[in-house]
Amino acid sequence: MTCIAALLGRGWMGRPLVIAVPYVWLGLFFLAPFAIMFYISWVDMGNDILPFKPLWDEASGVLRLRFDNYTSLWRSDQGQWFDTLYVDAYLRSVWYAALSACICLLVGYPFAYAMTRADARWRPLLLLMVMLPFWTSLLLRVYAWKGLLADQGIVNQALLALGWVQTAPVLLYTDVSLLVGMAYVYLPFMVLPLYAALSKQNPQWLEAAYDLGCTPWRAFWIVTVPLSWRGIGAGMILVFVPSLGEFVIPSLLGGPENLMIGRVLWDEMFTANNWPRASALATVMVLAIVVPLVWYARVAAKDDRG
Amino acid sequence: MTGEASLAEKGFLSTDAVVKQFDAAVAVNGVSLSIRRGEIFALLGSSGCGKSTLLRMLAGFERPTQGRIYLDGVDITDWPPYERPINMMFQSYALFPHLSVWDNVAFGLRREHVAAASLADRVDAMLNLVQLGAYAKRKPHQLSGGQQQRVALARSLVKRPQLLLLDEPLGALDKKLREQTQFELVNIIEQVGVTCVMVTHDQEEAMTMASRVAVMDKGRVLQVGEPHDIYEFPASRFVADFIGNVNLFDGELIEDLPERCVLRTEVGPIHVGHGVSGALGSTLTVAIRPEKISIARADAAKPLAHNAWRGKVEEIAYFGAYSTYIVTLEHGQRMKVTESNALRHGHRDITWEDDVVMWCDVMAPVVMPAT
Repeated sequence: MTCIAALLGRGWMGRPLVIAVPYVWLGLFFLAPFAIMFYISWVDMGNDILPFKPLWDEASGVLRLRFDNYTSLWRSDQGQWFDTLYVDAYLRSVWYAALSACICLLVGYPFAYAMTRADARWRPLLLLMVMLPFWTSLLLRVYAWKGLLADQGIVNQALLALGWVQTAPVLLYTDVSLLVGMAYVYLPFMVLPLYAALSKQNPQWLEAAYDLGCTPWRAFWIVTVPLSWRGIGAGMILVFVPSLGEFVIPSLLGGPENLMIGRVLWDEMFTANNWPRASALATVMVLAIVVPLVWYARVAAKDDRG
Repeated sequence: MTGEASLAEKGFLSTDAVVKQFDAAVAVNGVSLSIRRGEIFALLGSSGCGKSTLLRMLAGFERPTQGRIYLDGVDITDWPPYERPINMMFQSYALFPHLSVWDNVAFGLRREHVAAASLADRVDAMLNLVQLGAYAKRKPHQLSGGQQQRVALARSLVKRPQLLLLDEPLGALDKKLREQTQFELVNIIEQVGVTCVMVTHDQEEAMTMASRVAVMDKGRVLQVGEPHDIYEFPASRFVADFIGNVNLFDGELIEDLPERCVLRTEVGPIHVGHGVSGALGSTLTVAIRPEKISIARADAAKPLAHNAWRGKVEEIAYFGAYSTYIVTLEHGQRMKVTESNALRHGHRDITWEDDVVMWCDVMAPVVMPAT
């Protein structure tokens, strides 16, 4: 510790060293694996210990670059474009991820807003409540929802007891259970950036809005919301990105018709043992995630420059 | 009480025994003020005296615990801020960072659904008035502090409020800019002709900008008057001490005539050239401003018969335009004297450890109740 401090204090490479740490980490554990995956997505299936063949076959001296790992994602065996299991799964994943992000926003915004308005004494407790679920296993929490949403589960029994429904609706293994699970698990990722953005707002902005003739409701929509768009953007991305590739929640709470890309990837990898196609699937998914991230970063940078 | 209330109702803006209590703390304690149409009225006091809370009650951000607020004869105590014909310029300016200068100024008019053409005219005219026409498209963070202040002023004036509130209007500016801005601000307010209540902790700001000043302490108004009256005729020890520099002496009233009186103080008898209200033998406080006392070397001057003192110069503070001398009298009492440095090359004929005489006119001292 003192040794590091001494090095930094002397200015010897201190700055580059500190900056290098996260880049080395990302390079080793993200970029390198991604490069390997990207490589596999262009080669043939194999049946060795490694279930893919090299790109450059030394024995015959032939370069085996396979485009059909990618084309087969988009073209069905009958030759029809965009009519494959994969396209369906992608679109469905994007749809559920977007829906989850929207549900999280609708639930999370009032929550984050209430937290910033709450008495300073209660704020740490409220923050704790948001983060508390992280301390329990994801699997346990998702399983708990199975119990809650089952046909004879607590939710249905409560609905029947209150007389809101006559016959118990099927909740589990439907869109409802899937979205409830996703929104529940990813809600903290929405609340925390929203809270950060909202608590940074100058309370005098709101007073100025009232002073200039806004009712509290109007002031909320034309001052508070626009000035928290960064928090909204960050929260949406933080929920959308992991939801897109989510595997556990759809497996446990989703029905057979809710096939998402995470599940398809799993099947290609471990059931069909088709690593090249699984790699191609994953590459396309990463691109689908990178696009909204880059867009957000550019808009945010533009906003910074004014 | 009823007398006060009826007096209050005569003003354009009046507060009638307004009290604001936060839990156990009383921030504003029974303030009755009457502010005339078209005047610039300053609430002056140190932080925590309740002046900002009073301003926030005028704006409608706080509801008085007791008392009423009238604007032009109408009880507005329970009106929400967005219904009051009152606009405020915030200390932090509170400009909307996501809107351009133009949109910030237009914000209030848009809430009134002013027709587009007349809205644009009014915004442009207001931006020209504050000389920011060329900056309409900028965002607030691209402006200097002084420019932001003018945007905030334009934003609060464009709705043509009946009352303009200024919360520490120059507090966020540096000293040089502050002096220049004071006059600009007063000019603009007078051009528009709006009644204005400002809050400040800076006595100079209050004195130069306001037509009348209310000095506040611990939630109460101690004295209301024109800057000149507040300075020359402070009604209490606190006001005398808070506004400017002062020498304060407690003394016993030993002679009381209609045209003059004498008090026996620790620095000898002080003759005062006017009558005072107080029984013979009662204890009163005498205040003498340092600039009303003359000073000269003991060997070079003939002081007056009354109100003269001898002492030794202990400290000299040179301020450029004037110097302040702290003189120790025979029995260790201290007296502050200010002399303007009218002559150039600052020949200091008085220096440290000099024996000096000091004297003042009988009209210089002001007498007020002790404590």
